[in-house]
Amino acid sequence: MHLSESVNTGFLFLAPWLVFFPVIGLLINTLFGHKFSERMIGAVASLASGAAFVVSVLLYVTVSGAHGEAMRWQLAEWMHIGTLSLDWTFRVDSLSTTMMLVVSGVGTLIHIYAIGYMHEDVRFKNDVGRFRRFFVFLNLFIAAMMVLITGDSYLMLFVGWEGVGLCSFLLVGFWYELDLLARPSWSNSFAAVKAFVANRVGDFGFLIATFIMFWAFGSLQFDKVFQQVPTVAPGVIIAITLFFLLGVTGKSAQVPLYVWLPDAMAGPTPVSALIHAATMVTAGVYLVARSAPLYSSVPEAQNIVALVGAVTALFAATIAAGQFDIKKVLAYSTISQLGFMVAAVGMGAYVAGIFHLVTHAFFKALLFLSAGSVILGMERGHHHAAHANHDNHGKGKKKDGKRKVESEHDAHHDTRAERSAEHEVEAFDPGDMRNMGGLRKTMPVTFWVYMAGMVALSGIPPFSGFWSKDEILLDASMHNQVVYWLLTIAAFFTAFYMGRQIWMVFFGEARHEAAARAEESPKVITVPLIILAALAVLGGALNLPFEGFHNLGHWLEATLGEVESLPLNLQVAGISTLLALLAILISWLMYARKPFAKDQTDPLASLGILFKGMNSKWWIDELYHLLFINPYIKISYFIAEVIDWRFWHDWFHEKVIMGTYNWISFTGLNEYADQKGIDAFANGLGTWTQSLAGTLRKVQNGFVRSYALSILLGVVLILGYLIFK
Amino acid sequence: MIPVDYYIILSAILFTIGVLGVLIRRNALIIFMSIELMLNAANLAIVAFGSVFESFSGQIFVFFVIAVAAAEVAVGLALIVEIFRSKRSIDVDQVSSLKG
Amino acid sequence: MTLDLALFLLLALIAIASALGMLISRNTVYSALYLVLNFVTVAVFYLLLSAPFIAMVQITVYAGAIMVLFLFVIMLLGAEGLPKSEVLPWQKPLAIGLSVLLFAEAAYLLVTKSRPVGNVLPPAEAVNATENLQQLGIALFRDYLLPFEVVSILLLVAMVGAIVLTKKERKARQ
Repeated sequence: MHLSESVNTGFLFLAPWLVFFPVIGLLINTLFGHKFSERMIGAVASLASGAAFVVSVLLYVTVSGAHGEAMRWQLAEWMHIGTLSLDWTFRVDSLSTTMMLVVSGVGTLIHIYAIGYMHEDVRFKNDVGRFRRFFVFLNLFIAAMMVLITGDSYLMLFVGWEGVGLCSFLLVGFWYELDLLARPSWSNSFAAVKAFVANRVGDFGFLIATFIMFWAFGSLQFDKVFQQVPTVAPGVIIAITLFFLLGVTGKSAQVPLYVWLPDAMAGPTPVSALIHAATMVTAGVYLVARSAPLYSSVPEAQNIVALVGAVTALFAATIAAGQFDIKKVLAYSTISQLGFMVAAVGMGAYVAGIFHLVTHAFFKALLFLSAGSVILGMERGHHHAAHANHDNHGKGKKKDGKRKVESEHDAHHDTRAERSAEHEVEAFDPGDMRNMGGLRKTMPVTFWVYMAGMVALSGIPPFSGFWSKDEILLDASMHNQVVYWLLTIAAFFTAFYMGRQIWMVFFGEARHEAAARAEESPKVITVPLIILAALAVLGGALNLPFEGFHNLGHWLEATLGEVESLPLNLQVAGISTLLALLAILISWLMYARKPFAKDQTDPLASLGILFKGMNSKWWIDELYHLLFINPYIKISYFIAEVIDWRFWHDWFHEKVIMGTYNWISFTGLNEYADQKGIDAFANGLGTWTQSLAGTLRKVQNGFVRSYALSILLGVVLILGYLIFK
Repeated sequence: MIPVDYYIILSAILFTIGVLGVLIRRNALIIFMSIELMLNAANLAIVAFGSVFESFSGQIFVFFVIAVAAAEVAVGLALIVEIFRSKRSIDVDQVSSLKG
Repeated sequence: MTLDLALFLLLALIAIASALGMLISRNTVYSALYLVLNFVTVAVFYLLLSAPFIAMVQITVYAGAIMVLFLFVIMLLGAEGLPKSEVLPWQKPLAIGLSVLLFAEAAYLLVTKSRPVGNVLPPAEAVNATENLQQLGIALFRDYLLPFEVVSILLLVAMVGAIVLTKKERKARQ
């Protein structure tokens, strides 16, 4: 139990409970969950996450009481091998408390949302065991994320890093055998594997960086490393930072390893919101922010990081503008915004990056959860439409709408999936924006919160997204012009595709029966949305660029060192706002002035091959397949089939080793040694004895005279021997 | 003044004839008689040596031998009679059921 | 050629001839009689070897009792010769060969390995002297008492055995 230097440690001793509360939650659900009802399971998990949030608040209070000074709380010794000395120590400082508040706060809201969402999911089929598993995984994720954030050394961080990667795999592939419409499919499993493998490539970079770090610095603990930064050669630090960058591109979905994140939308929407918007993907940004002393000492590496972030931001934004699936748009949006964050921390604007991380967590989680609400609404509408048709077909007279149907609901609720498959001639994708339209009338709450998220993301003042994005742009304009222009264009596209999405989904006329009959979601879903919307609107107050309002900046100063607190630059802010409004106007002209009609091709298609590229994600996945995956498969197949199976097994093992062995045992030992040798000898001995006996038996012929002759013979012989001795 | 060797050779000859009788003849009685001849030859040798060494031991030994021979003949002839009763023949080749 | 030697040779010849006669004769009675002749000859030899008592015993017991017994049995069993069924064709030659070999070995032993012992003296007074008999009796009952008694028991056993062997048969018949 390690006491910090400061006198008042306040609630520091509660630090391990950040991890323990979620673990206890998941243990309770694992061990006793089979006895609980759905509500109970969800409540246990949400309470565990909520308890972690309470602990985060208490720790925040403690740290702020100590004026942001870093505190460490050692829980257990881990390994002491040679010069490597690592313990499981919790680091509670301003940066980690910021992260923990975001993770546990947004996480708890998403837990509550998920209680309602998972029940409504068409694949649920009243399988409480599966429901329980979901919440166990969610709690496991919170626990792992907490380990990541509060680790006091790079290795503890990596433990959490791996843990969240695992949870991502488990949760993305949650419906591992069913696709979105509950038909058997392995696409979810493939998506989960893709996520894991892409992350693995990043983890490889992370590990190499830690190895170099240990070799150069002799320790992996934050304070020790940061103290020695001036003494180590810049080349080594560049290597470390660039390998860390590889890990960041994996975990935070930058170019070139971002390809897993769009596929990860196959997971349930709460998962997309929690992991792939608000928390896990920000781990990379957190890593760079935490390693600020390292990155600040090597401007060359900083440049590369910033460029990677900026390029990613623009690249993903273009793809987002060409997508038709509501969640895919948000996924590419996430990648793009992560690019903003990585560019920010790459340029050394750590506060701006973290600020954007926080606001992005609010509005992106909000957007994802709202998208989930939209999808549920579409599914409900589809269900009602299917029932209406079914009743019309079946009985021939018009039934009284929903009420009659609902009474029969429970009887065939479980077969809703099969029923929907029966009734549909073609597959119905509830997430396809081309099927939506006019939902603001049928789903008002969802509409308004979605609007809040959209304007926040587009960077319209005075919403939160504007303040954080603007700070990044301001910093870029002062330090790196290339990055600045890339980010500005990306911001333009951001506003454009969000506008496009709003017009297509909520305005105009419904383009499908399901959209016409869509319903608003229940309170358990809409209440968290409203809370998040409030945060998205007001979150900007965290760090306003006015004197005296740089709250977050001052707060993080304690950890990150001297921070540039920039005042509001009207030129930069003005340009970004104008561009955003212009983009929204253009999107309105294309999608809302003449409402987007059913089966109409996207107006963007007039861009021809460019639109095709945007829709097909610029064929990056196909490129990867061609360059890496197909050769890899061929090599693996070759090694497995030819070398391992045909050569090693069939020839070497079967013919050479087994053949030799068989020859030795069957032919050599068995035939020659045993049968012809030993058996022959043993049997021969017996046979010889037998034949000898048979021969000698003839002496006993029963005739006395011959016996007497034998006696005489013996006498003669003995006498002869005695005579001639 | 006869060297004792002559007696010994004579004894040897008689003995050999007795042996031949045992081996060649199939008549049980003749075989028996040949055995008596062999005993007799041995007696002759013993007495000859006894006379040369001027000891009575030879004569006494022969005395006993004769007594034993008599007993043996009695029992042996009884046996031959018995065998004849069951086999109706005194051919020793007939008494060969112990072969194997 | 002294008288002793001539006498010896004559007697030896008779002995051998009678032995051969016993061997070869087809008639069992003739064989028995030849054997009697052989015994008598051997008795004479005993006389020549200064063993008068043994000579008499020989004639009395061997020629007188044993051979008579033989003749009785021959009478019971029949004196005919046996038919010529040969089951062991190799017996005769082998037997003759081995016997000759035996004699040869004995002769060899006698010729090469014996040391000169002495000569047999003529039995001039010993034949008529009764001292021989007395000394024999004394030796028999003093030095060889045990074998004497044992032999007596032996004779008893033989007697009983002979009766037992033949008596049983008779009882079973009745």
